[in-house]
Amino acid sequence: MTGEKQPKKTIITKKNPMPAQDPQRRSKNFEEVALGYPEDTVIAEAKRCLDCKNAPCRQGCPVDVDIPAFIRLAAEGDFGGAIQKIKETNAMPAICGRVCPQESQCEKFCTLGKKHEPVAIGRIERYCADWELARGTFPQRVAPPTGRKVAVVGSGPAGLTCAADLAKAGHRVTVFEALHVAGGVLMYGIPEFRLPKRVVHAEVENLKKLGVGIEVNAVVGKFATVDELLNGGGFDAVFIGTGAGLPYFMKIPGENACGVYSANEFLTRTNLMKAYRFPGSDTPIRVGRKVAVLGGGNVAMDSARTALRLGTEESWIVYRRSVHELPARREEVEHAVEEGVKFAFLTSPTRIIHDDNYWVTGMECLRYELGEPDASGRRSPVPIPGTEFVMDVDTVVVAIGQGPNPLVPRTTSGLEVNRKGNIVADPATGATSKPGVYAGGDIVTGAATVILAMGAGRAAAKAMHSYLTQKGPVQ
Amino acid sequence: MYRIVNKEVLAPDISLIEIKAPLVAGKAKAGQFVILRLWEGGERIPLTIADFDRERGTITCVFQEVGKTTRQLGTLEAGDKLKDFAGPLGLPSRIQNFGSVVCIGGGVGVAPVYPIARALKDAGNEVTGIVGARNRELLFWEDRMRAACNRLLVATDDGSYGLHGFVTDLLREVIGEKKELDLCIAIGPLPMMRAVSSLTREYGLKTVVSLNSIMVDGTGMCGCCRVTVGGETKFTCVDGPEFDGHLVDFEEMARRSVIYKPMEQLALELYLGETGHRCSCVRGGEK
Ligand SMILES: Cc1cc2nc3c(=O)[nH]c(=O)nc-3n(C[C@H](O)[C@H](O)[C@H](O)COP(=O)(O)OP(=O)(O)OC[C@H]3O[C@@H](n4cnc5c(N)ncnc54)[C@H](O)[C@@H]3O)c2cc1C
Ligand SMILES: Cc1cc2nc3c(=O)[nH]c(=O)nc-3n(C[C@H](O)[C@H](O)[C@H](O)COP(=O)(O)OP(=O)(O)OC[C@H]3O[C@@H](n4cnc5c(N)ncnc54)[C@H](O)[C@@H]3O)c2cc1C
Ligand code: SF4
Ligand code: SF4
Ligand code: FES
Repeated sequence: MTGEKQPKKTIITKKNPMPAQDPQRRSKNFEEVALGYPEDTVIAEAKRCLDCKNAPCRQGCPVDVDIPAFIRLAAEGDFGGAIQKIKETNAMPAICGRVCPQESQCEKFCTLGKKHEPVAIGRIERYCADWELARGTFPQRVAPPTGRKVAVVGSGPAGLTCAADLAKAGHRVTVFEALHVAGGVLMYGIPEFRLPKRVVHAEVENLKKLGVGIEVNAVVGKFATVDELLNGGGFDAVFIGTGAGLPYFMKIPGENACGVYSANEFLTRTNLMKAYRFPGSDTPIRVGRKVAVLGGGNVAMDSARTALRLGTEESWIVYRRSVHELPARREEVEHAVEEGVKFAFLTSPTRIIHDDNYWVTGMECLRYELGEPDASGRRSPVPIPGTEFVMDVDTVVVAIGQGPNPLVPRTTSGLEVNRKGNIVADPATGATSKPGVYAGGDIVTGAATVILAMGAGRAAAKAMHSYLTQKGPVQ
Repeated sequence: MYRIVNKEVLAPDISLIEIKAPLVAGKAKAGQFVILRLWEGGERIPLTIADFDRERGTITCVFQEVGKTTRQLGTLEAGDKLKDFAGPLGLPSRIQNFGSVVCIGGGVGVAPVYPIARALKDAGNEVTGIVGARNRELLFWEDRMRAACNRLLVATDDGSYGLHGFVTDLLREVIGEKKELDLCIAIGPLPMMRAVSSLTREYGLKTVVSLNSIMVDGTGMCGCCRVTVGGETKFTCVDGPEFDGHLVDFEEMARRSVIYKPMEQLALELYLGETGHRCSCVRGGEK
């Protein structure tokens, strides 16, 4: 369908490899794993792009970055031009370039990828964004003040994007964040070695430059409800981007033993509270000799790799399907393997065993096989009776998913939620059942991706802007 | 930054701080708590709201110096600042006219039980207060409690003041003299809440305890604070901190509360070594 009409160009079949810290060394430190392309490599990689007329790559990008255009500029060495092109639709490319699951998004549809390796779109995007960050971001245009006030609840990628867009449109925006720093999962969940926190800080600082007020330590539903923000609080509209922060557990015996963590706790202690610096920081973490991480997504990979860095001898991913079904980004799985993370596929725990002091001493598991495809099209795991065995572990990290935190939905009148507790919102506008209240990101979709959350924040900002404009001038 | 407007040493290693935090004070209710942090690398620690003043916009907490963070907090004075302060967290106490209630505070637990006793009395209950401490020196807020209760009974472990014994001894007497008790609220060290709960279970007296499990975020995000109550897992920070004392798995709770003991000891030793003793190196909340 594509390809045919392209001007003749020598095809370079392979992606330029990403320079990375040596696996032996990096599995002991928290510094960034992927080091970023040098300038000559990024230009060489950008030159691989065929500049396809119909740009199939774009349909894979949830925010429709004009991929061929920015890559063309990068190929010419015009990184300033490239970053401006990217930022037309993507507010935080330094983050997306690092954490987007490109293999299932933009790069999945790349023409080159049909027969060869796709263009490393994410890596080029990251280069351009880092180039800008190193020079101090370009000042952005802000519309004259409208006099309207907007509250954004939650400072994850959804909230930050929504706040940035509304501020640029001239509204006065205040972000309320429950924790003591802004950034959501980008700060407390995704580890430093994948997404350095200075990158997130830089984005938050940018937001402040746009005039956005950021109130940390502000738990909405506690110090004020959404209704109170709207009535009496002086806000004309509210965006809810509170994420999927509620950790799920397996509900198996022994799960409250000492040494069992939710991935959220394990990662929050490490990333947000900097437990890896203990006693240089005050929050402790305890990782034993052998760690089992339950689950197969990004959160599980992050936990298993974090455990190694905290000094455990063996770090296992315990997953009930096979290697082919692992939902984590491929690059993260590869990195985990290189660093020495071990995998127990087709395995799931039935109970956690502990000693008299409640410390974990082992985990009883069952072997599984793959049966018929289920509703999602994936072959469902079926336990094989009589295959119980005990894994010798002393720490267990449960990374089987997160649900919506009920605090805001429960304290907001007239806000419709679905069976799972997610806020019901129009995917195109973020509008909820409550007038003036919009929502987006994981609180609406369930745990998804950074770029989808940003996309939702942006769509909501657009709809909120017209809602506020329709309200007419402020009296 | 959140300014300390008042500080009082109530007893050896027990201090009161009053913090300016109008948004928290505007909503605070008896039974809720706050989470605070002292410096950039600091731990988030929960403290119960011992009092609040909506007009002044302040929250009062009473804390015992047990480890590094609380010792460090103990070095701060009026005018110093806390880096972070979030709240009011957790569910408020259920306040209604139950009839006749006993409010028990053990050790530093006297502080959090005080606003609950006061609110219960205001709601029309007949409130019997019981407070206990290791010795007379460690007892504080006897005056406040006396004002908040219809009557107050006191015990000390060493007999230096009030009854020579435990709060449970006083509770047994109260139960003995009055058959029609409707509710018991007990806040204090884990062993005390456990002992009270097992005593009241014998008499079928409904008992509420306030659990102080280890926490990180305090908003239901990490699951660190989970406890087993009636066979179900609950998160203390959002489902509590108050639970039915007859249903709490105290054994599990006790084990979970010492998970980091060796590390906490190390942190305290390093801190005391580094500072000689109480110095003011973190004054103002920054290092
Ligand atoms: C460990 C981990 C690794 C991941 N890896 C990737 C990856 O590689 N690539 C990718 O694309 N996605 C990844 N994800 C998913 C991605 O991070 C999320 O989809 C995304 O962050 C969702 O953004 P959000 O803005 O909806 O919410 P969040 O990022 O969850 O932010 C919500 C914020 O709201 C705050 N909040 C909650 N309740 C309140 C309240 N009542 N008042 C005030 N504030 C409140 C929270 O404290 C939080 O800061 C990962 C997730 C995790 C946990
Ligand atoms: C809801 C709640 C309300 C509380 N209210 C009060 C109060 O009003 N007054 C008071 O003196 N204390 C209160 N505590 C206990 C107080 O939080 C701890 O004493 C404090 O965290 C100890 O920190 P540290 O660094 O000084 O001591 P550490 O040496 O770190 O720990 C000493 C002990 O405190 C407990 N603890 C440690 N870290 C935490 C943590 N992050 N969260 C909770 N407990 C921890 C552990 O059981 C530990 O064994 C409350 C705890 C909770 C959960
Ligand atoms: S935002 Fe993500 S999906 Fe879109 S082009 Fe960039 S890396 Fe690809
Ligand atoms: S990135 Fe791939 S699909 Fe997109 S224009 Fe370049 S070669 Fe074509
Ligand atoms: S402290 Fe994290 S869930 Fe309660």
